[in-house]
Amino acid sequence: MSTEQEQVQVEDYKYGFHFPDESVFKTERGLNEAVIHAISDHKNEPEWMREFRLESLRTFRAKPMPNWGGDLSGIDFENICYYAKPSEKQYDSWDDVPAAIKETYDRLGIPEAERKYLAGVGAQYDSEMVYHNIQQELKDKGVIFTDPETAVREHPDLVRKFFGTVIPYSDNKFAALNSAVWSGGSFVYIPPGVHVDVPLQAYFRINSQNFGQFERTLIIADEGSFVHYVEGCTAPVFATDSLHSAVVEIVALEGARVRYSTIQNWSSDVYNLVTKRGVAYKDATVEWVDGNLGSKRTMKYPAVWLMGEGAHGEILSIAFGGKGQEQDTGGKCVHCASNTSSVITSKSISKDGGIASYRGQIKVEPGLTNVRSHVECDALILDPESKSNTYPYMDIMSDDVSIEHEARVSKISEEQLFYLTSRGLDEEEASTMIVNGFLDPLVKQLPMEYAVELNRLIELEMEGSVG
Amino acid sequence: MKLEIRDLRAQIDDTPILKGIDLTMESGQLHALMGPNGSGKSTLSNVIFGHPSYEVTGGEILVDGENILELETHERARLGLFMAFQYPVEIPGVTVGRFLKRAAEIRFGEEDFKASAFIKELRSWLDFMDMDQNFINRYLNEGFSGGEKKRMEVLQMLMLKPSFAVMDETDSGLDIDALRIVANGLNELRGPDFGGMVITHYQRILDYIKPDFVHIMYKGTIVTSGGRELVEALEERGYDWIRKQHGIEEEENEKEIVHEH
Ligand SMILES: Nc1ncnc2c1ncn2[C@@H]1O[C@H](COP(=O)(O)OP(=O)(O)OP(=O)(O)O)[C@@H](O)[C@H]1O
Ligand SMILES: [Mg+2]
Repeated sequence: MSTEQEQVQVEDYKYGFHFPDESVFKTERGLNEAVIHAISDHKNEPEWMREFRLESLRTFRAKPMPNWGGDLSGIDFENICYYAKPSEKQYDSWDDVPAAIKETYDRLGIPEAERKYLAGVGAQYDSEMVYHNIQQELKDKGVIFTDPETAVREHPDLVRKFFGTVIPYSDNKFAALNSAVWSGGSFVYIPPGVHVDVPLQAYFRINSQNFGQFERTLIIADEGSFVHYVEGCTAPVFATDSLHSAVVEIVALEGARVRYSTIQNWSSDVYNLVTKRGVAYKDATVEWVDGNLGSKRTMKYPAVWLMGEGAHGEILSIAFGGKGQEQDTGGKCVHCASNTSSVITSKSISKDGGIASYRGQIKVEPGLTNVRSHVECDALILDPESKSNTYPYMDIMSDDVSIEHEARVSKISEEQLFYLTSRGLDEEEASTMIVNGFLDPLVKQLPMEYAVELNRLIELEMEGSVG
Repeated sequence: MKLEIRDLRAQIDDTPILKGIDLTMESGQLHALMGPNGSGKSTLSNVIFGHPSYEVTGGEILVDGENILELETHERARLGLFMAFQYPVEIPGVTVGRFLKRAAEIRFGEEDFKASAFIKELRSWLDFMDMDQNFINRYLNEGFSGGEKKRMEVLQMLMLKPSFAVMDETDSGLDIDALRIVANGLNELRGPDFGGMVITHYQRILDYIKPDFVHIMYKGTIVTSGGRELVEALEERGYDWIRKQHGIEEEENEKEIVHEH
């Protein structure tokens, strides 16, 4: 890649700015027990959490790197800073947030979005949540929306009951890493029967160079409740690699529904390796809407475990693999009860030599009846240099099961371009319109503001793409 | 607007299709282009709009005296040219409303564009075309019936008000009522600032729109031009009549083919 091309990419990425690193505390680069103790000390954690971290570190060291999915050989675990604390405390008013940090979020439009259409906002800067606020009305109903550190202190029973139960630290190498060094993230608890009608949002921002962000999110929807949780992420453009390795656990108790939406738009030097899993008990629903743009490598397969009868899981995955990028995304549904259903829809776009792969799994445990699953993968390849792969895995151990799998790969046809350009759209705009159209059935399911944002991001990705 | 086509030659995959077309068309005029299947009518329209599959091997196309052959398709459209496609293309996920809004913005300038006026006009043309209002939110041409696709082409033309329109077999596949509606649509646009070329196989549409000139294309050339009387002669005698008139050429062509084998 020539420097000139790199320059272009930098300019294309609107969130590529960063402010000087003014962390109040930072661990040395590299990972060892001392780093774990430093993090634990700074957070004033109970002993059980410190032990959990140390045990996770041992597991992380013991597990080999995954030898499938994207190429991760560029990650140098010893050259990463695992903890950077941006400010001494957390605020519940934007006016109190330190100026450079506040300006970052202003430029990302977060305070404005909060005023307009969010029920609560959490903002994380490097390792710590710097801002948290939730509507008083929801607080009064018993809704908890805070960072996991506060939850460990103030709601230890809830945390100990669910933390690490959906995704054990031994699940995979990166879940172990997150469990060892996790910092920040969200903790959400919705009491029985409470419906939170407007979304709660968390925004994760990396500011430091060679940094690893390891937020940890736990969402518990008690019986018959509903919440829509939204997450956004960006990072500045550095020439060196950063690592984002989050863990998100969702528990939907009987009759609850949790919808989790994220549009991730990392800069092109971020390894984005996230483990996301939800469990849906009787008559509960867990829905993931997962949009992945940017990053260098993304490996992310949101999962739903259907634990009780009547449970439903739904995963919508959108991936855009541009120049130098590899999006390895998809979904996984595990049916552990009869009368359960799941839907996985994946739409991927690859361009300028980018790779977009769908990797998905449907698993049905033995002895179940009336299980239904529908998997649909659509790939759009914009040029001959780019690639799309599909890796569907089926592991079906019951007979009374209906599984549908559809996969389509398409290209933008010359006839479509000719038709649109004959109406006056230039070729770039015509291709962008076709790409947005390809995503439209999914985008329609996002809240308006995110749909608009996604369309705009696609436009940025498509800029300068037609010679 | 004046559209002049001079000795235009074009080929696809080294097969010559257009073999020297000469045509001059101006605003205020309506031309009809007829000719048997495969004679090159759609090729001519595609070449006028710069379709990338066709290679122009000779001649020129002038709009008000300027050669447009070097212009890209969208630049030609922005001169005020419009083509109603013989086979309109499906664009999944792009709604009619969104697409047409953008096309109208480009055509009339973003500064002067008013969304409310646009929607109002779109709604009234939909009524005029006897199309349901919910077409605004449907994906462009996706799942449209053959006749609906053709009406959608005319609807776009009415919205975009081109200076010169090529309509490629817009009347094919239409029921009688739709045919009249399409003809009415075209007649709405007619005036001193609008010119058009209607490609058709049938007399019926020409009875409604009464073209000023009729041209007959045969094997890549315009073999004869005239007024509406040509249509009746053709209807009575068929293309055999043309073939006989131009029999010599055809035999020579066929000899060529025989020689090649
Ligand atoms: N993309 C293409 N590839 C190969 N041959 C082509 C292509 N486009 C046109 N042709 C050939 O060029 C000739 C002219 O085709 P064209 O579509 O212009 O005819 P037409 O006069 O519009 O016919 P119709 O009345 O059936 O619409 C035909 O023999 C056709 O097969
Ligand atoms: Mg034709």
